[in-house]
Amino acid sequence: MSMKSSTRQVDGVTIVDLSGRITLGEGSVVLRETVRDLLSKGQKKILLNLGDVNYIDSSGIGELVSAYTTAKNQGGELKLLKLTKKVHDLLQITKLYTVFDVKDDEAVAVKSFSK
Amino acid sequence: MSVDRVSYTLDSTLDTVNNAEETASRMAAEAGFDEDEIMKISMAVREAAVNAVLHGNAYDPNKKVTLAFERTADDLVIVVRDQGKGLDESKIPDPLAPDNLMKTSGRGIFLIRSFMDVVEIHPSQTGTELKMIKHVHGNPADSKEALQ
Repeated sequence: MSMKSSTRQVDGVTIVDLSGRITLGEGSVVLRETVRDLLSKGQKKILLNLGDVNYIDSSGIGELVSAYTTAKNQGGELKLLKLTKKVHDLLQITKLYTVFDVKDDEAVAVKSFSK
Repeated sequence: MSVDRVSYTLDSTLDTVNNAEETASRMAAEAGFDEDEIMKISMAVREAAVNAVLHGNAYDPNKKVTLAFERTADDLVIVVRDQGKGLDESKIPDPLAPDNLMKTSGRGIFLIRSFMDVVEIHPSQTGTELKMIKHVHGNPADSKEALQ
């Protein structure tokens, strides 16, 4: 299953609902282009909803890091929402869990962005 | 003791990466691993295949990737070979080092080592052979600890 992405706005925050697999190839490209597109439009508060992402490989992890760094370098904020156990475990063993701002509740996550 | 062995010679493409992952998943399920272990094994094999296709053979259509799966009573053994320049593991930075944490690549071998019981990397001038073993009955060292 490839990755699907859709965006919606909640209180000035762009929530990107992702589903499927973030892996080398299509999945990573979809994520990269989505984040770049949002930043180019000035939408710099980005919440990646990974609740329906059931698989991620090292390329996908790299793409998450790239998205985070790109947003930060452009004065934006990128946070993660609703990690599945598999993605949570991967971020733990790669020591990235503490790097990302990870939230479980959407409303709390939206409020956590700077005004 | 039953022994099942299959091997494939495949092109240096993303399809090969996906095939490797799917075959690993099927072989791991047939070997009786649980869902969590199946995911780890298939991800390790996917990462090995990515290394072979992307870093080893660099998508060269003239270079092939060989995958070999062997299931014994005790182990699932997977070997991935490429025809690249030979992987120099000493040149792969530690992905957990603070300076490397935010790098966008370099985690593949680390994940393979995290998920498999035995990992051997044999580079040569004609390519790299990456051998991965997962014990069917768990890691013997873990069992010893459990008994004590």
